[in-house]
Amino acid sequence: MTDIVIKCESVYKIFGTNAKKMLQEANGNVDAKIFQENGCIVGVNNASFEVLKGEMLVVMGLSGSGKSTLLRCISRLTDATAGKIFIEGQDLLSLNNKELIELRRNKMGMVFQSFALLPHKTVVENIAFPLQIKGIKTKDSINKAMEMVKLVGLDGRENYFPRELSGGQQQRVGIARSLAVEPDIWFLDEPFSALDPLIRKEMQDEFLRLQEKLQKTIMFITHDFDEALKLADRIAIMKDGIIEQLDTPANIVLNPATEYVKKFTEEVPREKVLKIEDVMEKPNNENLSDLKVLRNEIIENVAEKILTQEKSVSVIDENNQIVGTVHPSKIISTVFGGKKSND
Amino acid sequence: MELLKKYPKLFQWLFLLVAFFTLCFAIDVPETYKFIRGQAEFIKDPNQSTYTLFGAEVRYYAFDVFWRLPPLLGWLPIWINDSLFFLMNDWMPIEFWNEDTQEFKTQPLVLQITRNLTSFITFLIELIREILLGGVETIVAFTSWDWISENSWAKLPGLPWTIVAAGAAILGYKLSGKGLALFAAIVMIYISIFGQWKPSMQTLSFILVAAPLSFIFGLGLGIAAFKSKRVEKALYPILLVMQTMPQYAVLVPAIVLFGVGDHAGVIITMVVAVPPMILLTLLGLRGVSPEVIEAGRMSGCNNLQLMFKVLIPTARRDILIGVNQVIMVCFSMAVISAFIGAKGLGFNLLLALNQLNIGLALEAGLCISLIAILLDKLSLAWANKQIDYFGNLTFFQRYKNIIFFSGAILIGIIFAYAGSFYFKEGFNYLYEIPHNKGISTADFWNKGVDWIWDTFFQTLKIFNTWLIVDVLQPMRAAYLRMPIVATFVLVMGAGYIIGGIRSAIVVGGLTLFIALSPWWDRALVTTYMATFGVILSCVIGFTVGTLCFQNKHSTNFMLGVCDIFQTFPSFVYLIPVMMLFGVTDTSVLIAVVVYATIPATRYTIEGLRSVPPSLHDAASMSGVTKIQRLLKIEFPLALPHMMLGLNQTIVFALFMVIIGAFIGTEDLGQYILKAISDKKGAGIGLTLGLCVAFIGLVFDHLIRTWVGQRKKHLGID
Repeated sequence: MTDIVIKCESVYKIFGTNAKKMLQEANGNVDAKIFQENGCIVGVNNASFEVLKGEMLVVMGLSGSGKSTLLRCISRLTDATAGKIFIEGQDLLSLNNKELIELRRNKMGMVFQSFALLPHKTVVENIAFPLQIKGIKTKDSINKAMEMVKLVGLDGRENYFPRELSGGQQQRVGIARSLAVEPDIWFLDEPFSALDPLIRKEMQDEFLRLQEKLQKTIMFITHDFDEALKLADRIAIMKDGIIEQLDTPANIVLNPATEYVKKFTEEVPREKVLKIEDVMEKPNNENLSDLKVLRNEIIENVAEKILTQEKSVSVIDENNQIVGTVHPSKIISTVFGGKKSND
Repeated sequence: MELLKKYPKLFQWLFLLVAFFTLCFAIDVPETYKFIRGQAEFIKDPNQSTYTLFGAEVRYYAFDVFWRLPPLLGWLPIWINDSLFFLMNDWMPIEFWNEDTQEFKTQPLVLQITRNLTSFITFLIELIREILLGGVETIVAFTSWDWISENSWAKLPGLPWTIVAAGAAILGYKLSGKGLALFAAIVMIYISIFGQWKPSMQTLSFILVAAPLSFIFGLGLGIAAFKSKRVEKALYPILLVMQTMPQYAVLVPAIVLFGVGDHAGVIITMVVAVPPMILLTLLGLRGVSPEVIEAGRMSGCNNLQLMFKVLIPTARRDILIGVNQVIMVCFSMAVISAFIGAKGLGFNLLLALNQLNIGLALEAGLCISLIAILLDKLSLAWANKQIDYFGNLTFFQRYKNIIFFSGAILIGIIFAYAGSFYFKEGFNYLYEIPHNKGISTADFWNKGVDWIWDTFFQTLKIFNTWLIVDVLQPMRAAYLRMPIVATFVLVMGAGYIIGGIRSAIVVGGLTLFIALSPWWDRALVTTYMATFGVILSCVIGFTVGTLCFQNKHSTNFMLGVCDIFQTFPSFVYLIPVMMLFGVTDTSVLIAVVVYATIPATRYTIEGLRSVPPSLHDAASMSGVTKIQRLLKIEFPLALPHMMLGLNQTIVFALFMVIIGAFIGTEDLGQYILKAISDKKGAGIGLTLGLCVAFIGLVFDHLIRTWVGQRKKHLGID
């Protein structure tokens, strides 16, 4: 079985002076409106989920939905009001300050929306910072940081100051810094939101390439649904502190759990999100065309080929075994069907 | 009615002014009233009333309460004084071990604390001073006088000036480069050649103790205030008062607590220099974005690392401004401390001014200013220094500064040794150029002053007379003519219109303190001088600032000029005006105007700069002319920032007015200066200082409230 790296059980985060007391009285039934009337703001409302090793969980929500607060609870930048959080089986909330610092120095890395670079340090100094904090010798830390500089493609700029870099370059520094201690868990708080669309796309691709190589356990925060679909293994959609739905991108697009989630999915071009396996049927003995498509192919990439066929197409897995079939009409209904409600 | 609805504030102001003037004219000057030149409680006069409170007898001239309030706080200075003496001499006697006599001795706690502090700071000053100039006190501190007299070899020799100059240049080079090295060398050589070496090094040792201590305390307290709301709340009122407290006023209690000498000067300097450092540290730390703090936490910083590796470096900009302020205040105080016996350039400066030897004063002033600028630049360069990790340096490159410095020491010693043979008679010029052997330009300047007086005497005199007779006297008379009720109506009315009932109470309370002190008339004179200075400074500053802003180069040039002028110790401003106008009110006022114009200009430029460029473009696209853009866009938006400049201008003006007492004025400053030489002056000095501070705070409160509302209104913050 796969290891559970992050585990949250009924995590609440409520801001306000008598939040704890109110939460007790509410007995697990938190209504944001009632709390607000009493001067408390609900940040995270009963969040329970797990993140597996090497998995990328994208938490998606609009501003004020509590997604950043949730992330800060799990990195313990703020203390959750109630609930339990386990990091690799360790109870996060029971750690004392020293243990917490140890955990952060060795296991966690975080990237911030506004980059949060130290303005007085150069690129390489910024990246070496977490290492030096750990007490690693200056020379070794700089050497390690230079590796990171190369990894994110900033070689030649290591002596620049953050103010001399573009937004995309600054975020590369932020990414390199968060990776310098080789953490197992990687938190990214809207890392690409402050960037231009073109740079953002480039950074997303770069990020996917890095993750391919590094296989970290990731919690990624974004307000951009397309970004979530593009990157995520699983997506958690948050609204008013509540996780509305937590599922794979395909399931969210195909079966939105609530009206709120549906609003996001309606606009989504399904052929770009869904894979063949999401729409295939069980193999039966009907007549198949000669075309074979891989099960994890994105529909958009193979739609044209499939649509030239008249009969069903067979779907194969990596081992060339037939695992299902897709009829061209299914492709048509997938691409156009979902948008009916829009017209 | 329409108009009234459209401009309600305007009508409130009009109404206030009408009420004010009505009261002014309705209340007659009492026949017995005259401006009392002496201090009421020292004059014995059958017309005086007296009362006794807390064992203090207060004499005063009673007037109608609408005209002047009786000095109900007259007992306060005496009481403060008595309490201070009680604290020092009688409170909490505890047995302390005495090293000298090897026995326990009963001493009051406060006395013991101040004694210990005194000896600690004296030791620091002497240590640095003797490294630079030579002496035996440091060694005495570790041994004894007896030991020294037996071992005549045991004394610090002091560094030859060539070594110090070379050291300064190397330091400048290491921190910044050739430019700073050259500047450092020139300053040091100048000081030496002009025979100011000894006093300069005395001043330098004073500052090298005062500035770092102030920095450390300011930073520490700033951090404490940042970490704890309670500390901040406790510090805030003290900081506020200290910001507007004239430096003279703190001198007096220092004499009581610490006696006279360099150490007392250092402590007083810290008292003055620490508050701005605290404020700027706090401002800087507050400004660090929460994400940077989180980034630090996620990098695994513990609290100490977070503070010193993340927060403080990130807040560096403001903290550096704080350092700059500390250095500025230290030099300013190095001169003022001469009043309580600090040695060095300040002492020479005061002496020269007292003898009206403008030339000497100018030389000393120039030296102080040059050292101030040098230290300012060095500290700035130090803070901005970068480390090169990648340079593959050879042994020589890596240690070249140390090698050069060792070389400089060697050569300096050889020079000094050779000099001792060459200059057989008298002085060794390669070791130290004594005061009276350096080149002196004093005669030249004095002749210059004489020439100015001879040539322009008539012109200057006519101007002087005109200013005094036609402007200053009437203005002063008008201020003194204000009945106290009218003043309160004006001040509290303004407070009410600007900030509502709360502001009215705050400014009213502050004014009441002054009104109940025995020095209301003096306070009016101080206010009149400050007002005169502020108005002129603002006119000049706003004009110059606006004109300079039209061009990028002139903007930078002007800001640079402001920087340099700001580094001059405040006392230095008195020198040139005394050259031109001698010992008159005119001199003081001109010094006030020059000194207070600096913040007025700076804030005008910075205010205009803070207007977002997008608004510029928007305005240009609407087809406005340059003048229209200035009037309709830039001024309204820059106004809040410019008003903060006005705030600074007022504080600067008040300080200078008080310092001007040295030339001879008839305001609060005169009494503060008197209190310095008065054995029982501590209470008087402090109370007077509070009066001046409160004048400043009244304006400060009004302006800040207005700026706050305006900013909210404009949506800038």
